[in-house]
This record gives sequence, C-alpha cells and structure tokens, in this order.
Amino acid sequence: MRAPLTDLPVAFEDVSLRIRDFTILDRVSLHLAPGAPTVLIGPNGSGKTTLLRVAMGLIEPTAGRVTWGGREHIPPQRRAIVFQRPAMLRRSTAANIEYALAQAGAMRSDWPAHVAELLGLVGLAGFEARPARRLSGGEQQRLALARALARDPEILFLDEPTASLDPAATKAIEDVIRTVAARGIKVVMSTHDLGEARRLAGEIVLLHRGHVVESGTAADFFAGPKTDAARRFIAGELLI
Amino acid sequence: MPSDLTAVQLVLSADPELMGIVSLSLTVSLAAVACAALIGIPLGALIALTRFPGREACIVVLNALMGLPPVVVGLAVYLLLSRSGPLGSWGLLFTPQAMVIAQAILVTPIIAALARQTIEDLWVEYREELAAMNVGPLGRIATLIWDGRFSLTTALLAGFGRAAAEVGAVIIVGGNIDGFTRTMTTAIALETSKGDLPLAIGLGIVLIAIVIVVNALAWGARRAGERFSG
Ligand SMILES: Nc1ncnc2c1ncn2[C@@H]1O[C@H](COP(=O)(O)OP(=O)(O)OP(=O)(O)O)[C@@H](O)[C@H]1O
Ligand SMILES: [Mg+2]
Repeated sequence: MRAPLTDLPVAFEDVSLRIRDFTILDRVSLHLAPGAPTVLIGPNGSGKTTLLRVAMGLIEPTAGRVTWGGREHIPPQRRAIVFQRPAMLRRSTAANIEYALAQAGAMRSDWPAHVAELLGLVGLAGFEARPARRLSGGEQQRLALARALARDPEILFLDEPTASLDPAATKAIEDVIRTVAARGIKVVMSTHDLGEARRLAGEIVLLHRGHVVESGTAADFFAGPKTDAARRFIAGELLI
Repeated sequence: MPSDLTAVQLVLSADPELMGIVSLSLTVSLAAVACAALIGIPLGALIALTRFPGREACIVVLNALMGLPPVVVGLAVYLLLSRSGPLGSWGLLFTPQAMVIAQAILVTPIIAALARQTIEDLWVEYREELAAMNVGPLGRIATLIWDGRFSLTTALLAGFGRAAAEVGAVIIVGGNIDGFTRTMTTAIALETSKGDLPLAIGLGIVLIAIVIVVNALAWGARRAGERFSG
C-alpha cells in the first residue's frame, strides 16, 4: 500500500532568498499546518508573492530549507496557486479547467461534471465557451481560482485573490475560500485588505522587507499586536 | 494584346502543360514546407525553451538565415548532390527530390525562427502556470505548440510563399527539365527568355492567385485563432 503522503505541513526553516544584492526573503521560519487559512499581510514589496512562490516550490531559496510533509524538493502535485496576475491559456473557459483536470489525472468522463461544478462555485456558470483571454480581469481571477481547485489540492496558495474584484465578487470569492477551507484544504493567501484578513484568517503572518515581523492567531494579532510594527500596520500607518 | 488573351485562355482551359507545371510546383513546395516544419518547429521550440551558451548568437544566425539567397542554397545543394559531391551517389541531382531538399533548406530557417519567437512569447506567459500545474517537458512543448497553432500556421504559410515564389534554387538543382522538373517560376523565366509570353503570363497569373489564396488562408487562420481562443 502507498503511504498516505501529504504535502502538509509546509515548513520554512530559516529561509532566505537573495537575488544579486537584494535580500527578498530574510531568514523566514514558518509552519503552515492544516487548519483555518493563513493570511500574509505586509506592504508592497514586502515579499508576500515571493514567499508564496517559494512555498509552492517554484523558486528555490538561496539559504535555509523548505519541506512539504517533512520532505524536500517535492513537485507541486497536491499544491495549487492562483497568481496575482494569472495567465489564461489561449483556450475556452471550460478548456482552461479541463487542462488542469487532465494534468491532475482526473478521468475524462468526469470532466464535464467537474467543469460545471467549479464554474458554478466561482460564479462563472454559462461562461464555458468564452475564450478565457477575453474575460474581464475579475472573471479571469475567478477562472484561475476554479482552475487551481480543479487540481484537487491539499494546499491552495492565493496571491491577492480579491484585489481586482468588485464588492459582490469579493464576497463571492471569500465565500468560496471559506467553503474550500471547510472542506479541509489549507488556504494560504496574501491580501492588502485588513478587513478581509480579519474575516478569513485563522492565522496572520505580517511581512516587512522580507522578514516575518509577527505571526500568530488572527484573534491575538488583531486584539493585541506584540510588535510596534504590527500596531502601526493595523492602524494603517505606512511601514517604511 | 493577343498574348494576354491566350494567357487567360490557357488558364481557363486548364491547359495540360500548364496544369502539369502548376501541380509539380505545388507538390515540391508543399513537400518542402512539410519537411521544414518537421525540423523547424521542434528546433524553434528547443531554442525557445532551453538556455545554452551561444543561444543568442544562434537566434541571430537563425534570423539572418531567413534571408538566405536561393541561388546560394541552390549552389550548395548542387555541390552536395553533384556526381562528385558527397551525396552524389544518391543520384538526386535534377530530380524533384533535389528541389524539395533545396526549398526545405531555404524554408526551415523561416519556420524555425518564427516558431521560436511564437513559442518563446507564449512560454514567458505560460511558464509559471505550467510549472505550478506540474507539466513535464513534453507536455509543455505540446501545450505551447497547440496554443500557438494559429501563429505557427502563419509561419508555415510564410514558408510556403517563399518556396513557391523562389526560382534560384530550383533552377540550379532541378535543371528546369520539361515535364519533369519545370516549375512555375523556372518556366516563367525560360518562356520569357524564349519570348513565349502567353504561357509565362498564364503561369504568372496562377502564381499570383496562389499567393493571394495563401495569404487569405493566413489571415483566416489568425482571425479564427482570435475568435475561438482569444
Ligand atoms: N526576480 C527578482 N529580481 C529582483 N528583485 C525581485 C525579484 N522578484 C522580486 N523582487 C523584489 O522582491 C521584493 C518582494 O517582491 P514581492 O513581489 O514578493 O512583494 P509583494 O509583497 O508581493 O508586493 P505586492 O504587495 O506589491 O504584491 C520586491 O522589492 C521586488 O522588487
Ligand atoms: Mg505580490
């Protein structure tokens, strides 16, 4: 029998990423365990996107190590990501999802049901035949979420999933995130919206200049931030 | 001008000599494009997706080879295939096969260079998504070729246009043998020099018609691509 391998927890041990003279991630240690969503917050350029890519396994850190379920260098089979600016395949909306289903090894006979379910979930029912690249930015964001879910991931990384959405779509996506989390998928997402962080997060990680300034449960973080930087960030002051 | 009338009559009456020349031309050029595609598309994909020392130089050379002078290619293939050349024992000189080889050499850089550009542009866009979906190397190439198929079709048609219109290479390696290696372009050159203008003009009309049809197809392929896949 195959051992029930899992990609969780994702552990960062003293992870640094330097590109030329820039330190983009600075000795980050993190433990992403099953449970409520982990939300990354921090100013522009603080390293949220980079951290998600490293956690996805798309970039190798230059120091420290990342493990998935205790193992290093694991290809992203049970992980999925929605990028800040997702790329759409030059195919129809349905075909974009089918591509991910095929890649994840789903049976072809199950595709139509999966496509219908996923498009319904993200509010794109009826969009099947539209060329994906003709969708609006917000629609593309939602299709990318459906495509990521098509991989049936254990962990879902979302890079500012609601940044380009209107209030109604934001609410819809937050509902999807709750649904997905309730199904047991670990969600790790970044956001600039502190309200959203409050609504969704089980755990908060505050990044600043590539360094984890503070992390902990969302309740503790918002009730009593331990660091001055966190207090100022919550108060809406610029961190420089 | 009576010669114009006879030219049109030749075309409209599907004159057997004229039709023979047209069909040989099309066969040779299509075969050359098929060979060039089999080499050029994978070659373009390989250069697009890999990083190796001298890659930039390779791309510059490939782009430069798009403008290879047909007569020089003809000469090179002639030297290869001539009785005393390295491939002389194949006995291909002055056959349609020799013309296919020469045109394929002429067209391969065009298809490879255009395919490289198309596939690389798409790769820049798709790279992270495909990595995130854990797509292997062969899957990547297949995806990029499939999603770039409309632009790649344009590359094939550009190659075909080049092959069908060139005269320098086929006349050297084919020898313009009546009923055997005479193509539209070589026939036009010969008939014009002999003063048989009706056949030359008739062939010219057909050649231009073919070029227009090919460009219409290229246009249609692009439009279809935009309509159906965005
Ligand atoms: N390949 C790279 N080369 C050089 N610098 C890079 C590279 N990738 C990221 N950076 C830098 O690393 C820093 C962190 O970038 P990152 O995209 O992770 O920030 P972010 O927190 O996601 O910001 P935003 O909120 O604007 O999305 C930025 O200053 C960025 O310019
Ligand atoms: Mg970012």
